[in-house]
Amino acid sequence: MTQLTDLGIAAIRSGVASGDFTATEVAAAFNANVAAASALNAFIVATPELALEAAAKVDADRAAGKPLGKMAGVPIGMKDLFCTKGVQTTAASHMLEGFTPQYESTVSQKLWDAGAGMLGKLNLDQFAMGSSNETSYFGKVISPWRRNDGGNAALAPGGSSGGSSAAIAARLCPAATGTDTGGSIRQPAAFTGISGIKPTYGRCSRWGVVAFASSLDQAGPMARDVRDCAIMLEAMAGFDAKDATSLDMPVPAWEAGLNADLKGKKVGIPREYRLDGMDADVAASWEQGIAWLKDAGAEVIDISLPHTKYALPCYYIIAPAEASSNLARYDGVRYGLRDLPDGAGLQDMYAATRAAGFGPEVKRRIMIGTYVLSAGFYDAYYTQAQKVRTLISRDFTEAFKHCDVILTPTAPSAAFALGEKSADPLEMYLNDVFSVPASLAGLPAMSVPAGLNREGLPLGLHLIGRPFDEQGVLNAGLAIEQRAGFSAQPEKWW
Amino acid sequence: MSVDTATVAKIASLARLKVSEDELAAMVPELNGILAWVEQLGEVDVTGVEPMTAVIPNHLRLREDVINADPLTGGGKRDAVLANAPAAEHGFFGVPKVIE
Repeated sequence: MTQLTDLGIAAIRSGVASGDFTATEVAAAFNANVAAASALNAFIVATPELALEAAAKVDADRAAGKPLGKMAGVPIGMKDLFCTKGVQTTAASHMLEGFTPQYESTVSQKLWDAGAGMLGKLNLDQFAMGSSNETSYFGKVISPWRRNDGGNAALAPGGSSGGSSAAIAARLCPAATGTDTGGSIRQPAAFTGISGIKPTYGRCSRWGVVAFASSLDQAGPMARDVRDCAIMLEAMAGFDAKDATSLDMPVPAWEAGLNADLKGKKVGIPREYRLDGMDADVAASWEQGIAWLKDAGAEVIDISLPHTKYALPCYYIIAPAEASSNLARYDGVRYGLRDLPDGAGLQDMYAATRAAGFGPEVKRRIMIGTYVLSAGFYDAYYTQAQKVRTLISRDFTEAFKHCDVILTPTAPSAAFALGEKSADPLEMYLNDVFSVPASLAGLPAMSVPAGLNREGLPLGLHLIGRPFDEQGVLNAGLAIEQRAGFSAQPEKWW
Repeated sequence: MSVDTATVAKIASLARLKVSEDELAAMVPELNGILAWVEQLGEVDVTGVEPMTAVIPNHLRLREDVINADPLTGGGKRDAVLANAPAAEHGFFGVPKVIE
């Protein structure tokens, strides 16, 4: 018999609904996997009792003949950036260690309302700032994947949603929430051979999500396949009056709308994404993706996104600027850490608290953000970046006059080893080169597994769609998924 | 534009971050590296281009102008508001003495 922990959202939901197994059995099976995987450090806090409690309710509802929700009986991991009432929420920072929210984030509440249960809070880069999960105060997450060279080097699960990606790839949970500011759902999904979608900016409420860069932050699902992403995104999305940028639009029936037949669709291949010295396996996987989409009936055309090379520097002005403002709230007064040296006044307490509570990468971004927003430099840096952002967004608007969806690699390489890029912040930033432009333009984008590289590590393909066209992205993702037939799993060593 | 130690110290003070001399010395080349890299944005011709204010066209709403429009975030929540305060005293946030 298939193990319950090999099942994804759709299979669990239908198995629970039809009585093949109970939600309690599913929760218990995943709880056991979580408990046995401490070597991966994917969870900051495990909450097996909450998973069982939610499962018991689903089982009772089913026994009573009540209707079951979209996620009924599915235990999930919750990125520790979502406030969960009564359960510590840290953003993987010392600053928020011990912080126990008095309320539930909109997205997590929607998932519980849909019948999901919580296995625990997943590790991430501190305040979601990072691409490798190495900036967490609670220790780095180790990817379950290893290179096939027998060297057993510890690899990065990607970031910032690295706890989410590692946990799904290692079968600790069938799905997890992620958040994406510049690629934090898509790059970790690519590194670990899973799927993840960042919807259009505003689809998922930001209320109760610890803020990093508010004009970019967007929650989304990470799961084993495209259908599971569609199901979970339906449960997460929807208008929320408590988020001023929430989209006041109905949530489409993405799962019901899945269709891998791309006849009549045009797929754009942006020539600016062909970087000099591109990794040969990544380039080959991109070519393979083009062939798969043609096979699905799509017409593939060459497009131009002329301002692509400016997206990363633009992002690294705007995101730190917004972060420096958002993180000003951590003052040692209202919540979180307080460091009060002997005889210190209020100002000294602020500075000491923030020095003790933030890690080096967070401080670096606060410093950059403070500088680019400071008097005399604001126009040269911040205003200029917002103008360039307009041009980047306009590039996409132009491109989408000629195509329906855009295909690129998700990341410039497969997973790198932990420690390999942490010495040079710029080198780490460059890992987001393919994911950041869609973030700056607020567009829906997803990563789906395409295959393994010569080292035996997963590579992802990246699909970018028009605003509000998650369906087009999911459908192209499904077409790739059906042709890639990706079934590789990391060999269990933990 | 490049930053020197004095400028970095000033930014740290604006950001309310206490930094040691050693940290300061390490930050100067790091910030200069990042700033030199982002400065390539200066070469983009932005004549007549408006800075982006909303990534997805969306009008900003006003909430209903009534007390407790949302009971979750409305009034009467003192204990919940103070629950995570590092030093809550007598129903208030406690801070070090600010007036001599």
